[in-house]
Amino acid sequence: MTRVLKYILYDILRTRFALLYTAFLFVSTFALYQLDSDSGKVVLSLLNIVLMVVPLVSIVFSTIHFFNSYEFIELMLAQPVKRSTVFLGEYMGVASSLCAAFAAGVGIPMLLFGMNPSGLTLLFTGIVLTLVFVSLAFLSSVLTRDKAKAIGIALLFWFYFSLIYDGLLLWVVYSFSDYPLEKVTVALIAFNPVDLARIIMLLKLDISALMGYTGAFYQDFFGSSFGILFSSLVLFIWVVLPIGLAQRIFNRKDL
Amino acid sequence: MISVKQVEKKFGRLTALEKVSLEFQTGKSYALVGPNGSGKTTLIKSILGLVVPTSGEILFDEKSIRHDWMYRDKIGYMPQIGRYPENMRIGQLFDMMKNIRQEHQKVDEDLIDAFKLYKMYDKRMHGLSGGTRQKVSAALAFLFHVPVYILDEPTAGLDPISVEILKEKIIHEKHLNKLLIVTSHILSDLDELTNNMVYMFEGKVHYDNTIEQLKAETKETRLSKALTTFIRQKELVASVSDL
Repeated sequence: MTRVLKYILYDILRTRFALLYTAFLFVSTFALYQLDSDSGKVVLSLLNIVLMVVPLVSIVFSTIHFFNSYEFIELMLAQPVKRSTVFLGEYMGVASSLCAAFAAGVGIPMLLFGMNPSGLTLLFTGIVLTLVFVSLAFLSSVLTRDKAKAIGIALLFWFYFSLIYDGLLLWVVYSFSDYPLEKVTVALIAFNPVDLARIIMLLKLDISALMGYTGAFYQDFFGSSFGILFSSLVLFIWVVLPIGLAQRIFNRKDL
Repeated sequence: MISVKQVEKKFGRLTALEKVSLEFQTGKSYALVGPNGSGKTTLIKSILGLVVPTSGEILFDEKSIRHDWMYRDKIGYMPQIGRYPENMRIGQLFDMMKNIRQEHQKVDEDLIDAFKLYKMYDKRMHGLSGGTRQKVSAALAFLFHVPVYILDEPTAGLDPISVEILKEKIIHEKHLNKLLIVTSHILSDLDELTNNMVYMFEGKVHYDNTIEQLKAETKETRLSKALTTFIRQKELVASVSDL
């Protein structure tokens, strides 16, 4: 496993994408700290980057990387190497390099300007979101043999979780506003990793009232620490489930 | 050594292999022959576990390969179209393969020397010509001392001198009592390299015996003649039974 992982990491580092990503995050975080002296507000602005940019970059980069290393995967599978070793090696390689890029890009400026608990939570949600979207990217990669189609599916995942799902949720809440929907909404939020990450952050920042009705209810329903624990647990399922499913498909795939 | 039992493979509506049963034994050399799209490569990829059969079973040393992967340690494989990480250098590629198969202490660099590949160690894979790529594939297949060699169209795209080098190497390994499976469309090559022949057509095995036997049956001295006569006879029988 480590031997295979070594070559995967080496390959990712050579593309220099991870470095560019780190630089981008570093510059934006640094700039936000320069603009505002209140670290709470900075974290809130960074939250928007984390919720939109991190999933997009993670899912697109992972899908492209998977198809670019198709030759490597093919070569390895003709050798005495287990299929799951190659597949999980690819996952670990991509996920760890993107997480490291995020942690360094956002974490270093935070350390420079003073770390606080909400900053740590932001780092945590960013890393978990990276894991979730790399996982989804691998799922979309094994669903089809065509690179363009796979990127299409990956972007659809991102659109769905970042934009469409919220719209649908709003629509449901609005059209059934005559009924008590609190519990239903909480359940529905668990189906969207981006919302879960947002809720963890908002509960931590203690500004859940800003999120309106659902946020207030969420805080009331769980209380802060339990809410964070529950969301983290569901997010963990969001990491494991897509990659597990992708692994099952990959094990039976013809190359 | 390798038994293929009632293997069937469907790609959607297309049946690539139809109840194929074959025995490959140690010390023998097999030519896998058939027109394009007759299922030769699919059969080879199934043996390597790159393609998962729809039904049926493949045994390697009496053990099913279904969930096994260590058996590939005993196979040297040369693909029809060698696809390699494009931005890797040739030297890195060889190092990587040696590293992945660390268990083998001794490597066999005969072909690397014979093809003078060490001179090109720092060339990247994406800049290579088709022939050089094929040489790399061949050198990789023979990089370890293994009991089984599977070669998918080994001589396609190589220049005449390199073809001779590769053939010498194959014959050398054959005399060391290894199992060889070779596909090719150049029947004169197969006549030199192999003793047994498997003829496939539309996913089915139509002939599986020694080349000597085929030549005796058809009263021909060259494999290419013998095979065409065999196919004509088959077609004749088929058209008679259709009536």
